[in-house]
Amino acid sequence: MKMEFPKGAIKAIKGRSLVIKGDDIDTDRIIPARFLKCVSFTALGEQVFADDREEIKGNHPFDLEQNKGANILIVNDNFGCGSSREHAPQALMRWGIRLIIGESFAEIFFGNCLALGIPCMTASKQEITKLQNLVNENYNQMWNFNLKGLSISNQKEIFKLDLDSGAYKMLYTGTWDATSQLLDSEEKINNTFNNLPYLNNFK
Amino acid sequence: MSSGTLYDKVWNFHQVKQLPGGSTQLFVGLHLIHEVTSPQAFSALNEKNLEVKFPNLTVATVDHIVPTLNQQRPFSDPLAEEMLTTLERNCKTHGIKFHGIGSTSQGIVHVIAPELGLTQPGMTVACGDSHTSTHGAFGAIAFGIGTSQVRDVLASQSLAMKKLKVRRIWVDGSLQQGVYAKDLILHIIRLLGVKGGVGFAYEFAGPAIEKLSMEGRMTICNMAIEGGARCGYINPDETTFEYLKGKEYSPKGKEWDKAIQWWKSLVSDSEAKFDHEIQLDGSSIEPTVTWGITPGQGISIKEKIPNPEELPKNEQQIAKDACKYMNLEADQPIEGTSIDVCFIGSCTNGRLSDLQEASKIVKGRKVSAGIKAFVVPGSQKVAKEAKQIGIDKIFLTAGFEWREPGCSMCLAMNPDKLEGRQISASSSNRNFKGRQGSANGRTLLMSPAMVAAAAIHGKVTDVRKLLQD
Repeated sequence: MKMEFPKGAIKAIKGRSLVIKGDDIDTDRIIPARFLKCVSFTALGEQVFADDREEIKGNHPFDLEQNKGANILIVNDNFGCGSSREHAPQALMRWGIRLIIGESFAEIFFGNCLALGIPCMTASKQEITKLQNLVNENYNQMWNFNLKGLSISNQKEIFKLDLDSGAYKMLYTGTWDATSQLLDSEEKINNTFNNLPYLNNFK
Repeated sequence: MSSGTLYDKVWNFHQVKQLPGGSTQLFVGLHLIHEVTSPQAFSALNEKNLEVKFPNLTVATVDHIVPTLNQQRPFSDPLAEEMLTTLERNCKTHGIKFHGIGSTSQGIVHVIAPELGLTQPGMTVACGDSHTSTHGAFGAIAFGIGTSQVRDVLASQSLAMKKLKVRRIWVDGSLQQGVYAKDLILHIIRLLGVKGGVGFAYEFAGPAIEKLSMEGRMTICNMAIEGGARCGYINPDETTFEYLKGKEYSPKGKEWDKAIQWWKSLVSDSEAKFDHEIQLDGSSIEPTVTWGITPGQGISIKEKIPNPEELPKNEQQIAKDACKYMNLEADQPIEGTSIDVCFIGSCTNGRLSDLQEASKIVKGRKVSAGIKAFVVPGSQKVAKEAKQIGIDKIFLTAGFEWREPGCSMCLAMNPDKLEGRQISASSSNRNFKGRQGSANGRTLLMSPAMVAAAAIHGKVTDVRKLLQD
């Protein structure tokens, strides 16, 4: 089956969740550098968390049979720190992740996810711990994420989530793929160019 | 909200317009690309049938995947060769200047752009590499971007960005002998944490910063990202102008005078408002070494590895993970920790002055038996200048290997890798698990001079002892 990648407005995501515990999980761990030797992102889905998975042989959340098909990832603090490699969110996306919820995210990682249409939502440490525990108690439950309501729920419990208002608007209106928006202002781009001293012989 | 800072002024010059989502469309004055994060961006451009808008504002080099032992083409690794040929083809198709293998100006992207005079005060600089913050040393706003954004910059010379807050980090005093820019930035990251800078641009200022050379300033800004700050910068001054004068792409003649005038006007005003400020004393900083698995886990050479139980609650788990992974015991001194590999190089510390400082430690001494020690100049130009003053000989005589320029073992996307549980003393920027190419390899970050000292003694050593001898 061909995997569908995010497209257009991202208003709701439904699915099962999985948990990766730990603060400061860097992009080298999400996708080790040796897998960056490629000219296309296609194969990255299988290589996500490669070294962590190898270390615990089959017991990693991304290997457990029960988590196959899950599309919501619950993480802790400063997730995605380190390198700017978009290969990290690409690898997560190609494994199947469509939404990430955590205590906080590194900035470049957050932007890279946004550029792929993957919301990175935040909640307090306490709420995240509660959410992670609930997910781990029953991996089979369905979760409903609602962007407008800034929430996720399993029918019984509802968790409030946060998102920067700019990212919210881009996801809600489907304008997270920025290229066409940026190209809309050709004349203004040229004006800015013409007013930059260093691009105009310091006139 | 900040006002009157260099960040505010440069930001204003580059604003194209406000985007509906609330972010700003920001013009990118200098776009740097390399072989790892650009191929998919060019593919996306082709798929969308888009052109590169300003080919002369993008500059390319190859660094991450190049072998440092033998740079003959084709590379022995077919994947590396494919990445390089893809970049060559993309540059040719789109009319982009490429400083490739065989060129006298090839090297690590964050080393060559400054040495060519491409990086200048007042620019916005973007590159698909988080260490782009390096260029902030010149008073530029410089930040790393992902591949989708590389595509956007190629297509529109602009990006959707949110304005950052500005934190001024004021460093009083001056660094002691044996203490370098690397120690200062490791100390700052330790103080503010690896995510303390998220949402901020860091302005590094104060007497200790002003006394640093441009190369020292680049080391500081390079690692701003390790503290979570996407960009770090230093106000341009006479040191900056002196460095830029006569560089290949620096303004010349009458333009030079006008350039200086403009650059000076960008410096943060004396009454500038910052979102946050901290102050520290540079004179009290000691040689600093990381013991753990994040760049924030640094201690001075005189300290003991912290006991996780005694750390603030939110640092305990990662400290426990770090002790276990590093196989280092809490409450033991870091000094004397045995090492296997010594690496001097990278975009953090692969410049001429880094090699010079390290060579002073090495001169007349020998690398300890059983230690693999190697030097990788940051660029062809660094390599050439180092050879002219005989630094290569000093290292070679001492038992170091002298390699060809590239990113090498900073991230091990090339043949230079740790093996198994090896532990390195490294002048690079990241000590993440698996960073140096072995899934369970270990990294201790420190200044190039400290790496040299570690190579001589085969263990973590206070470089000041070797400076006195």
